[in-house]
This record gives sequence, C-alpha cells and structure tokens, in this order.
Amino acid sequence: MEKSLIKPFIAKRVAQEFTDGMVVNLGIGLPVLCTSFLPEGIHVTVHSELGIVGQGPAPDEANADPMHIVDAGGSPSSIVAGGAFTDSAESFGLIRGGHVDAVVLGGLEVDQEGGLANWIIPGKRMPGMGGAMDLLVGAKKVIVAMEHTAKGNPKILKKCRLPYTAINCVNMIVTEMGVMDVTPEGIVLREYNPEFTVEQIQAATEAELIISPDLKPMA
Amino acid sequence: MRNKIITAQQAVDLIPDGATIMMGGFVGCGSALSVIDALSKSGKGHFHTIHNDSSKMNGPDGDEYYSWAKMIHNGQIEGYIGSHLGTNPEAVEKWASGELKVDLVPQGSLAEMIRAGGAGLGGVITPTGVGTLVEDSPLVRGKVNYDGKDYLVMKPLRADVALIGAYKVDKLGNVWYKGSAQNFNRVMATAADIVIVEAEHLVEVGEIEPENVMTPGILVDYIVVREGK
Repeated sequence: MEKSLIKPFIAKRVAQEFTDGMVVNLGIGLPVLCTSFLPEGIHVTVHSELGIVGQGPAPDEANADPMHIVDAGGSPSSIVAGGAFTDSAESFGLIRGGHVDAVVLGGLEVDQEGGLANWIIPGKRMPGMGGAMDLLVGAKKVIVAMEHTAKGNPKILKKCRLPYTAINCVNMIVTEMGVMDVTPEGIVLREYNPEFTVEQIQAATEAELIISPDLKPMA
Repeated sequence: MRNKIITAQQAVDLIPDGATIMMGGFVGCGSALSVIDALSKSGKGHFHTIHNDSSKMNGPDGDEYYSWAKMIHNGQIEGYIGSHLGTNPEAVEKWASGELKVDLVPQGSLAEMIRAGGAGLGGVITPTGVGTLVEDSPLVRGKVNYDGKDYLVMKPLRADVALIGAYKVDKLGNVWYKGSAQNFNRVMATAADIVIVEAEHLVEVGEIEPENVMTPGILVDYIVVREGK
C-alpha cells in the first residue's frame, strides 16, 4: 500500500467504530484524522485530556486564542457549541471514571495480552507518558491505530519489549493490513485488506493470529 | 482588607533558592507568564518544580522560550516532577544528560496527587501505572489490591510556592480562568504554602459572581497583574 494512503485508510476504518453520541479521545497524529471520516449521521463528542469536552477543529490564525485554548499538544484549539472546559483533575476523573467511551491511540508495540507500549524508547525517545496511561486504563474501549510494521519489523508481538504504557488494555487494533480484536484467547484477525493475503499478514505479525471464522475484507 | 497586590519582582523576592514550586499551565498555556519571566532572570535556582510538561519554544507571547521553558533553559531547575517533556527537546536532552532530574508520573495521577496534597489526603489510589515503570517511582508508596483489582498508591504533592495563571482576579483573590487555561491551576492553588496568582485583569470584589469563582480568594496570598505581556 502506498505510504501516503496508509494513515487516512486506517483513520477511515477506525471511524466506522464510532456510534452516534459517543465520547471519544483521539491521540495526536493519525487518531485525530478519524473525525474527518465520520459516517453520515454520526456525531461524537471529542474529549481532550487537558480539559475540553467537545473539542472543535484546529482554528485558523484569525480565530486562534493560543493564550487560552490549546489542545493536548499545546497547539491552538477550539470548543464546539455545548462544550465544556474542566480542570485537569476533573478531566482525568472523566477518563478513569469510565465516562470516555473510546480512546484511539498510536502504538510502538502491542502484544497478544493487550499490552501497549507507546511512551518511551529508553535512551532514544523519551517524551514522557502524558495522559496516555490514564486513557488506556480508563477508557471503555481502547483502539490502537497504527501501521502494521516499523521498517518491516512486526509491531504486534507475543510480548512487548519496550516499557508498557499499560497492560491488558487494548481491545482492538486497526492497521493498513487488517482489523484485529484482542481476546483472552489471543489476537483474532476479523477483517483483512484484500491487498494482502492472510499469510502475508501473519508473516508481518509476531503474535500468532487466530483467524476469525467470519473473516471478511476491510470495507 | 489586606492588600494582596504585588509586582512580579516582589513575587520573585518571596521565592527562595531551592524552593519547591508548582506552576499551573499546560505547555505554557495558563501559566503565570510575567512572574516566571522575572524568576528566570533572577539568578536564583536549585528549584524543584512541579508542572505538567516542559512547555515549548516560540511561545504565542512572542518569547523564544515560553514560560518555564526559560527556567529549564537557564538550568535553574534541579528536579522536576511532571508527566511530559516531549514538547521541548531541550528538556529531553537535559534529562538524558542527567542535568535535569526527572520523576515522571501519569498526567491524571499528577493532578490527583496535587489535589490530595491540597485536600489533606494521604495519597491517591489509582489503577493507572500498574504493570509499568511507574511502579518503581519514588512517588509511589506501594501497590494494593482491593476487590480483585490492582492499584498504585501515589504520594500527595505539596509545594512551597504555587504560581497560578488566571484571566481575572478580584482584589480578594477570587479567580476566574478562561478557556482551557484552568488545567492544573485549580488544584495547585490548594497545595502550596504561598499561592501567587498572576491575572491578565484585576477587577473589583463582586465583579466575579460567587457562582463563577473557580478558585476562592481564601487560597490566594498574593496577586500580580500581568506585566508587559
């Protein structure tokens, strides 16, 4: 698959998981693209962990208020009509308290027990965990949206080698190759991108995939 | 009524070398910009600071280093407790080189640890961080299991001084924050021995309706009206 098409392809598929009225939190990068692909008639409330319930799109320069309204990355943001600002304690109370229906985050590694590593590569990339650990523990559904491999190496592993962001947290993985559910039995491939064979998907995955009896092409 | 209004420089005079300082704000947004600017030029240091992140370069106020990024740049901070450094590459470098001692905790745990510090609680029992490197943090008291679920017990946090960034403050110190700028400010205003509020606008008592007061003035020791920003 052509590199530039991968992220929108994944975001579009993730957006199909959203149902009307859901509260969703979207990580920086690929996940925020999901709102561009919402199915017809589906409206979601975007929660941003620094304290926005009902986050709107990034404003143009004329409408930006960077001294007062920013997103979780510190860039100018906006709020929709009917939205609310909260402080950090209440915002994370919403997260841990199960009031956020789904979180979509990228990943460096995911494992077959639902562990996710995405916050640190010791000695190389050390930004800190920010709000990711709370989101993974608290959101009702955790969707990892990421490219299937990194430089050809599998990212879906038997066990994460990088430090965990959280254990036993991932419910679903969406990549350019397929859609997978993390279950107590292991990772179930339930949709595949017809550009790839199941054998190719398994070859790009360290964890042993369980092929769903209802396997179908990604729509 | 005691006059709480002081200048940014007088605020700096209240902060001794080596102080533990909480600074409200999120990547600089909602921080006490002029007090922090004056503190960055004070020559004081060896601070232990508590703030969510490491701020960033090129602030919307036009400064090259935004908010506490100045203090990180100047090497005034010895130890830092927070959740994220990624918005400021210089902070990551100083951490990697050992110049900056960093204790990272999850963002939601940080907010609650400060809240606990200000609310007289002995800790925070949270599922966040279980099974991760956070378990090894000196800020974790231990791990407990209640009703079949694992939790970490996080220490409460307090500071000598809290620097609060606000939009409006009345002369008694009642505060109203604008937009997402309340972030960590509200909890930090409860958790320090000296609380200094810097606001963009000073208003008369009563102009902020009691229902809209977001930090009660009883928590606020000093008020600075934003200078030159």
